Amino acid sequence: MAGAVATNETILVVGGGISGMTAALEAAECGKDVVLVEKNPSLGGRVSQLYKYFPKLCHPTCGMEINLRRIKANKRLRVFTLAEVAKVDGGPGDYTVSIRLSPRYVNENCTACGACAEVVSAEIDNPHNYGLSKMKAVYLPFNMAYPQRYVIDQSVIGTPDAEKAKAACKYDAIDLGMKEQTMTIKVGAIVWATGWKPYDAAKIQPYGYDRFDNVVTSVEFERMMDPFGPTGGKLLRPSDGKEAKNVAFIQCAGSRDRNHLRHCSRICCMASLKQSTYVSEQFGDQGQSTIYYIDIRAIDRIEDFYAKVRANPAVKFVKSKVANITEDRTSADVILHGVDTEGYHRYDNRHDLCVLAVGMEPSVDVRTAAATVHVDASGFVEADPVNGAIFGAGCASNALDVNRAVQSATAASLRAIQVINKVSGAEV
Amino acid sequence: MSERNNAMVEKYRNDFLKEVEANVEEGPWVKMCMQCGVCSGSCPFGPYWEHPPQEIFMMIRAGKRDEVLKSESMWMCTSCYNCIVRCPRELPITHIMHGLANYAHRLGIAPKMNPTRRFAKLFWQNIMKGGRVNELKLSVGLYFMDGFANGVKKGLAMLPVGIGMFKTGRLNPLGLLGGGKCKGAGDIHKMVKKAQEIENRRKGFAS
Repeated sequence: MAGAVATNETILVVGGGISGMTAALEAAECGKDVVLVEKNPSLGGRVSQLYKYFPKLCHPTCGMEINLRRIKANKRLRVFTLAEVAKVDGGPGDYTVSIRLSPRYVNENCTACGACAEVVSAEIDNPHNYGLSKMKAVYLPFNMAYPQRYVIDQSVIGTPDAEKAKAACKYDAIDLGMKEQTMTIKVGAIVWATGWKPYDAAKIQPYGYDRFDNVVTSVEFERMMDPFGPTGGKLLRPSDGKEAKNVAFIQCAGSRDRNHLRHCSRICCMASLKQSTYVSEQFGDQGQSTIYYIDIRAIDRIEDFYAKVRANPAVKFVKSKVANITEDRTSADVILHGVDTEGYHRYDNRHDLCVLAVGMEPSVDVRTAAATVHVDASGFVEADPVNGAIFGAGCASNALDVNRAVQSATAASLRAIQVINKVSGAEV
Repeated sequence: MSERNNAMVEKYRNDFLKEVEANVEEGPWVKMCMQCGVCSGSCPFGPYWEHPPQEIFMMIRAGKRDEVLKSESMWMCTSCYNCIVRCPRELPITHIMHGLANYAHRLGIAPKMNPTRRFAKLFWQNIMKGGRVNELKLSVGLYFMDGFANGVKKGLAMLPVGIGMFKTGRLNPLGLLGGGKCKGAGDIHKMVKKAQEIENRRKGFAS
């Protein structure tokens, strides 16, 4: 049982993505005690699943490495993975939080040598690749995972595979007897940075995400570019593995739609503009992108990026919300139907692959753990006095890009620090 | 606001949009359209419209009164509701189309020979007579809408269907002579008359 690791001068950060890591580090580097909990087996969150991020098109692994070094170097920061907040009681300066710890079945002895995974035959969907590929049921979540420790999936527990993995371990790192635990800690303030999840594209019935192989989501497309991703870094369409040289992007797939998500998800325009550069990166002049949009919302300084993409003759812009998609049964090409707004021309355009720029929604409902927290119509945490010292950060508070998520996390961290300073008497 | 500001605002004030908002059923929704085009793309009759719904909304906002009200487009709507279901802003597009058609008709500037309009008139006259639709009279009236010779031709073509319906008790030939009225037809007339008075007063139509 994990013991008392915190006091009411501790800050709890919920969620180990870019926002949570930032908030935790900022507070810990200011000399506060921080507990960071993450429900997945590794820190990193959605940013670790990106190939590149805009506007500079650098690889997130770089920023991830810097943050991990900061985390490893900081004694005031404790990280719990496979940990979920079940319930929050109390008020500012005096919260009692119960945290559910799921078993990893692998202890601190693990050196990530991988001998256990080699002997196991069971396979499961790889969530890091959004289920586009399979992986061994005993696994390291991804190459840069932190902590660098293998995980044994619940599904192999009690099967011969689990015993094989245990026998293969030279470091006595596998403990098949691990059970779910609950720990209760005291904290003074909470930063809620549980992030976002992609909107379920299958709910957008006319686009046929659940029916057509060659309709994918923007997050899946992102994984295709990763050299360690499901297609080994090549843009190959799912139906036949053909190179996807003629790609359609549909904006507002779920966002700005009262039937789905009411809000503008803000990042998807930039995401598709960025992904159109992937098509050019892979196929040069042979790669064609067509972006179907209502309005392009490339916010403030990243308007430059939009202008650059707009100047590329290989990228076409069609001002129209696509009405529906059909599939050519023989070639599995997708055909997009609609009417454009600039002249009201009816189109039936054929593409190799269609990417739905899916919207962001909050990954969890904060109210399941802390019932009184105020959320907006889309479920994002709003700044409100009734929240006490529970502060929303990053995509738990709004649909944000990485840049803005980090700003929001730093702001939330500062608010939490102020609460702790009052508790400790450092600030009146 | 300064006088100059007011003058500029006045210049851009669109009287037709206001007219639509005041007089057309669900008219106030027109300003909510964000021109995404999903309605036009989803309409099964889309290729046959002169102006798809998205364009009609833009024309209203651009003040193109005659082009809109004299258009055949909104009469093409078959009430499939595809547009309403898909509209990201939940505009009641089907109802707005019918509202526009009805408004143009009331103003007397709807296209006179539009078949949908003629059928709608026939249906209204039929149902108002006895408070209930006399189906036989309605279909016979529809056959003879384009002249006597045409009516005989259409009637003969439909004869086998008619006989089939007669045999299964689905059609009463005596309906041609009248009958089939509801009990309180007179009361229905009074109610509709009152409702029309109220509507005319509200929308400024001559009664």
